[in-house]
Amino acid sequence: MDTTSAKPGIKHQLTIALAGNPNAGKTTLFNSLTGLKQKVANYPGVTVERKQGAWQLNGSAATLIDLPGLYSLDATSMDERIARDVITGQISGVKKPDAIIAVVDATNLERNLYLVTQLFEFGVPVVVALTMIDAFEKQKHEIDIAKFSELLGVPVVAVNAKSGRGRDELSETIHSVLAKQPKIPFELNGASENGGPHGKIFARYNFISDVVQETVKHNDRREHKLSEKIDRVLTHKIFGLLILIGVLLFVFQTIFSWASLPMDLLDQGFGAIGDFVRAEMPPGILTDLVVDGIIAGVGGVLVFLPQILLLFLFISLLEDTGYMARAAFLMDKLMSRVGLHGKAFLPLMSSFACAIPGIMATRTIENRRDRFATILIAPFMSCSARLPVYTLMIAAFFAGKTVLGFVSLAAVLMLSMYALGMLVAVAVAFILKRTILKAPPPPFIMELPPYRVPNFRTVFQNMLTRAWLFVKRAGTVILTISIILWALMYFPRSGQTTAVSEAESVSKQTQTDISSQDIGSKDQSPNTEVQSESDQLKHSFAGTLGHVIEPAIRPLGFDWKVGVALIASFAAREVLVSTLSIIYNVGKDENEQSQTLISAIKDAKTDDGAPAWTPLKALTLMVFFVLAMQCMSTLAIVRRETNSWRWPIFMTVYMTGLAYVAAMLTYQGGTLLGFQ
Amino acid sequence: MQNTSNVIESLSLTNLPIGADARVVSVNGEGRVIRRLLEMGVIPGVSVKVIKTAPFGDPIEVRVRGYSLAMRKNEADSIEVSI
Repeated sequence: MDTTSAKPGIKHQLTIALAGNPNAGKTTLFNSLTGLKQKVANYPGVTVERKQGAWQLNGSAATLIDLPGLYSLDATSMDERIARDVITGQISGVKKPDAIIAVVDATNLERNLYLVTQLFEFGVPVVVALTMIDAFEKQKHEIDIAKFSELLGVPVVAVNAKSGRGRDELSETIHSVLAKQPKIPFELNGASENGGPHGKIFARYNFISDVVQETVKHNDRREHKLSEKIDRVLTHKIFGLLILIGVLLFVFQTIFSWASLPMDLLDQGFGAIGDFVRAEMPPGILTDLVVDGIIAGVGGVLVFLPQILLLFLFISLLEDTGYMARAAFLMDKLMSRVGLHGKAFLPLMSSFACAIPGIMATRTIENRRDRFATILIAPFMSCSARLPVYTLMIAAFFAGKTVLGFVSLAAVLMLSMYALGMLVAVAVAFILKRTILKAPPPPFIMELPPYRVPNFRTVFQNMLTRAWLFVKRAGTVILTISIILWALMYFPRSGQTTAVSEAESVSKQTQTDISSQDIGSKDQSPNTEVQSESDQLKHSFAGTLGHVIEPAIRPLGFDWKVGVALIASFAAREVLVSTLSIIYNVGKDENEQSQTLISAIKDAKTDDGAPAWTPLKALTLMVFFVLAMQCMSTLAIVRRETNSWRWPIFMTVYMTGLAYVAAMLTYQGGTLLGFQ
Repeated sequence: MQNTSNVIESLSLTNLPIGADARVVSVNGEGRVIRRLLEMGVIPGVSVKVIKTAPFGDPIEVRVRGYSLAMRKNEADSIEVSI
């Protein structure tokens, strides 16, 4: 047994663990004790989050470990196992705690004390921090803390994280329990034999009931009036659902539209920085790398921040007020028909804006397999980056037509793409839950915490922590892949292109000269620049790769130019549009609404003179985009959230495989049926 | 587990009418769900009350030990109560 005997004069660094139920105010206490000096990572090899911070404890810094919120420590779930390992000092890199602060919610005493009785068994000194005292007192209950502490056998300190009340007392109490061999206040030996397999649980609760009965005077009946009243509306069969839909739409709308202004600003900002750097540095490979590779790559990472910050602002608010649990309560029946957890609704909904914050939001789903199932299907919710692709294809080939005489074909197709994504998601979730992610259905049993006013400091802290985690872990992957893709499209330099391509560009230039003479208004220099951009892309590694995969994508109706665009859009789906612009000599500044690009696509020809694009091929491309894994940022975040490369790779393989098959069926089937 | 009195009827929590005060007689079965229920304080002798059901009929909200607990009907099936 560990004896942390404090040698006189030598201060050694203390490690304190913070344990408690979810919703008990543990995180708020942790934040108030550590301030911003927190570090979040994963425990080695698992997806359980490891959170520690520095707590200034009477002059020296102690390491405060925030254990995952737990109802029990009997080691059935990963969270519980990790918490046990931390307390027994079996996690490498984490010192065995010198003391444990057990956070107990005063408004929920009996259940909160269950965990405390388990903590006694570890032989580590325990101090109880009693939270929610203000709510407790407001409900006119009374507690005799001295007697409570005496009967429990450990010191009890009432704390109010917001006002700082109890913080000093907590520090002093910790010091007083250190290095004293803790007596086990509650003897369990022998109890288990009497009650059968669950004898221990009964014994613990009997002890707890006795203690509470002697020390707490509950004010009957008036307790939960307000929460109950609110719940009558929020979980009402009709209004509850309507309100939930309203809330979800609001969150979604916010991420979709409010985020777009800062995102555009960030985009422009990085563009401006890039221009500035280009102007200041001598032209050459290094400058191009810095501007188009690094700055553009970093910009591509940071552009997600507004969405992530907003989504996590809402998630924190929803969770801390207690509404999230109600949302899961309302949606569970629907979601479980599909094999998902009620809490999967918000992440999937957010994924319609962008899967990256959506996937990060799955962290609210406690069960690992449910969470992974949600992560794996989130990208099927057609995200906003696919819109430019849909818009372009529809505008080029399906504009102006109607179905049944009054519904625009464009709208029908757009809706169909969304529907296709959702249907496939449901089917995949179903299959996953029966095969790789198969497991006995996890308990739904979930607390509905009382409604509370959220602690805004905690909310902001959470928001910033998530955003920073994204930048750090996902950002490095995204930046690396950005640079690789840039290099693929940049090298070899067109100065080294072969005589064939030179002849090609000369003849194209002549054609352009002729056509511009006909029109009489085109200026030569933009054409030349656009032309060389196009040549550069065609003869780069990316272009070569496009040729290499052409045989594979020909059954889908695509040629090598489309292949190049598909490769480039791995950076981000909307890059397809700008890549096609470059390849069809329209210039990289065109977007999906550009008439020039649209005409270029309609007129484009494959190498053997046939039309490169037909309505059927356009449809096939859209189908491919609905299902394919084409976003490096998504892969980066999946890697981060699952703490392994196995899942992102699996995701890429299965999604792209599905996309390939679906696209092939669309094209070949369509051709067989006589469509063009 | 048998209830000792023939007069008091026991029923499953799923069939407990909304708003009726009841007491848990036994929690039957093994496995994670049962264990979780017990750890959350749903043990024989504790008083319990069904507050409402969700819009689609499932899950249900139950009041126990001073807090609100939601569970699916198939989980509530294992809890035997008496009024």
